[in-house]
Amino acid sequence: MTKAQADTAMKVIEGGKSVGNARDLLRIVIVGHVDHGKSTLVGRMFHDTGSLPDGKFESITEMCKRRGVPFEWAFLMDALQAERDQGITIDTSQIWFKTDQRDYTIIDAPGHKEFLKNMITGAAQSDAALLIIDAAEGVREQSRRHGYLLHLLGVRQVAVAVNKMDLVDYDKETFDRIEAEYRDYLRSIGVEPTFVIPVSAREGDNIVGPSTNTPWYKGPSIIGALDSFQPKSDPVDRPLRMPVQDVYKFDQRRIIAGRVEEGVIKVGDELLFSPSNKTARVESIEEWHQVPGRKAPTQAEAGYSIGITLDEQIFVERGEVISHVEHSPIETDVFRARVFWLGKEPMVPGKTYRLKLGTLDAPVTVQSIETIIDTSDLSGTSSHQVERNQVAEVVMRARRMLALDEFETSPKSGRFVLVDKYDIAGGGIISMEGYADQRGLITARSSNITKVEHGIDEQARAFRNGHKGGVLWFTGLSGAGKSTLAVALEKKLFEKGYNVYVLDGDNIRHGLNANLGFSPEDRAENIRRVGEVAALFARAGMIAITSFISPYRSDRDRAREAGGDDFHEIYVKADVETCEKRDPKGLYKKARSGEIKDFTGVSAPYEAPDMADLEVDTSAGSVEECIEQLANYVEARFKM
Amino acid sequence: MDRLDQLESQSIYIFREAFNRIENIAMLWSLGKDSNVMIWLARKAFFGHVPFPVMHVDTEKKFPEMYDFRDRYADEWNLNFIRELCPPIEEVDQTLPPAARSASRKTAGLKAAIQKHQFNALFAGIRRDEEATRAKERVFSPRGQTGQWDFRDQPPEFWDQFKTEFPPGTHVRVHPLLHWTEIDIWLYTQRENIPVIPLYFAKDGKRYRSLGDQDITNPVESEASTIEEIIEELSTTRVSERSGRAMDHESEDAFERLRADGYL
Repeated sequence: MTKAQADTAMKVIEGGKSVGNARDLLRIVIVGHVDHGKSTLVGRMFHDTGSLPDGKFESITEMCKRRGVPFEWAFLMDALQAERDQGITIDTSQIWFKTDQRDYTIIDAPGHKEFLKNMITGAAQSDAALLIIDAAEGVREQSRRHGYLLHLLGVRQVAVAVNKMDLVDYDKETFDRIEAEYRDYLRSIGVEPTFVIPVSAREGDNIVGPSTNTPWYKGPSIIGALDSFQPKSDPVDRPLRMPVQDVYKFDQRRIIAGRVEEGVIKVGDELLFSPSNKTARVESIEEWHQVPGRKAPTQAEAGYSIGITLDEQIFVERGEVISHVEHSPIETDVFRARVFWLGKEPMVPGKTYRLKLGTLDAPVTVQSIETIIDTSDLSGTSSHQVERNQVAEVVMRARRMLALDEFETSPKSGRFVLVDKYDIAGGGIISMEGYADQRGLITARSSNITKVEHGIDEQARAFRNGHKGGVLWFTGLSGAGKSTLAVALEKKLFEKGYNVYVLDGDNIRHGLNANLGFSPEDRAENIRRVGEVAALFARAGMIAITSFISPYRSDRDRAREAGGDDFHEIYVKADVETCEKRDPKGLYKKARSGEIKDFTGVSAPYEAPDMADLEVDTSAGSVEECIEQLANYVEARFKM
Repeated sequence: MDRLDQLESQSIYIFREAFNRIENIAMLWSLGKDSNVMIWLARKAFFGHVPFPVMHVDTEKKFPEMYDFRDRYADEWNLNFIRELCPPIEEVDQTLPPAARSASRKTAGLKAAIQKHQFNALFAGIRRDEEATRAKERVFSPRGQTGQWDFRDQPPEFWDQFKTEFPPGTHVRVHPLLHWTEIDIWLYTQRENIPVIPLYFAKDGKRYRSLGDQDITNPVESEASTIEEIIEELSTTRVSERSGRAMDHESEDAFERLRADGYL
């Protein structure tokens, strides 16, 4: 005990002695369509479990009398004057009660579509949800939408209360019909409710104990269903993820601060920082004021906000993700996401937002909006923008590499928010379907490399050949005419005295890339190698024409980086319909029948160049015209 | 991870986010049990340091025990301590009922202090379970130019992504204890051996559950004279924590109006 605590002027607390240990706490959100009785259910639960503070019942009675309305339980949580006057819940609120088993925080979430951002604010804090449906009205728009959003927010435990059973005379068939309909819906989004319970919040049926009005119902009451939820468990058995929150130098220590989101970190562990790809070992886990009876920590589990020191003074900053070397996060500059939009302005392609993922903060641009998802029947429609309160599948692109995970494997590092100007305008979860982890493509594998200087410079080679070397990178859909044009151009340039060579997809896959398959990572590696080889040809003084679909902008940008100033991106353009009509290899037919999966333009994306050096439209001009255009381009840029 | 560890970790996360994202931030110290826990958590977050000013907006009407406590721990905890005074009561709207007038005076003192020091943000130790409008608060809660709270249109806040971007002139309240309850505060005070003002312990059958200005704060009936007994009492009581704070009860929406105007 310190001197301060021993002082008699202050009330001193005996350390180490503890009466009421903190009980388990579970946070439950109550959601559902407006007027289906969320607030009433909460009021009833509190009343029937004896959890209301003294005088609360009387003060609610008084408020109702003053407004000339019948007794209204909703006034328990609708604290704002505007809420009471209008009889609706505007913002989410919280209230506390306990059962014999544990403590609960009850989160009331507004059912009005207009206040969806407040519903999300409430629901995202919960460990489990109670979804309410009015027996007389049945499953409504927000019943489904809320169910869908719970799933998106990562709330996996859901019980359903079919409320106002008194209005349908406790009719079993009505209940069965609603239960079947709603279970079907939840199942379609991958949610299995623990219980579906017939209740009347107003009359108090099946709230605390079984009701004589529903002798046909054998399941638990609302309180029983809450007590059956599993307590939240921290993801300690997953690969380590700890975003760097800050770096402190308050004293002689340089402390990397952050919260372990998943996994366990130990003193002595070798850590990888992404996306900088630096490594260092944990020297210590720092702590101020140890809890009596606890040892200095040598490890920290998911959930703890900690600080570490490293064995080497490497430069790291906020936003990097700490992992172990063998289980690193994905590195990419493009990803797919399912987003819910809350912004005042709609989300539009081409617009740049600030992405906040963990502690990372980076600009990202909406590359494309794939589908708008109707949360009531899960059907998709296409649209040029995402309106407020809509859910959509989109593709986002960053200006630099980001370290992230897929939501399915690592929820905490696979979800993000988007900020438009000053406001959080939406949230989303990440999927990498069809996109490659680009970590392997950018990481130098060996550090003992010294570049050898050439004795002959590129100028001398160009002078002898009569033209400069370079890369003509053809990109376009299958059937757009890349190979036809490449071969014809090669012939024409050769006849004019150029040193020229075509690198074609199938040919390269027979040799150099024979060890690559068709996974997103292998496809990306395929293009990376072609880009490097083409660059070597160019440096040797030749013109390399590459003919690859190369659908991803990231891959082409990497090839451009390898090729340098002499890289020319040529967009061989034709729309999908035209290409499908041509279908020289019969591939579209196979893709449509499902025989080929992930076929560019049909079942996988083609990211058209937004700033190609040259665009050749093969649906507008003949082969001869296109070759003419290309040959003129080469003459103008390569001839000495 | 037990409940107190969870609460502590979340508060530390909030402190570090605010400290990283917002320039020129300070902490409000009301001297009560909550703000003492708040200072303790800041020291945990920043490894023994409190890297921002800690400000007491003084009504000069607190209990002497509170002032003793302040003077002692401002020094002992090595705080960058600031004391600012509230304007005289005569300058406050005389039509307000007495307790509301006191609260309004404190709000005026707070606004003046923010103005004087040009603080962009303040840490405040309010909790959701104290009072129904506080239950609707955000962790990062923006205020307008004159300090008012727009409770009808609060920003979304989820997945620990807080609103940290603001147009110039916005002031922010950051609430690191928002998710704690009264009993959590005592359990943590007990576990961590945090010093406590003796007024919280029962004397002659009464104790203070919440401390404010002397003239508008009343003790509650209680025999709890140790932290253990307080925890015991709180796990069975049905009396609300702020029942002894007169300003909450002068009319149905008394507290909502105070808060909309900038009160904590």
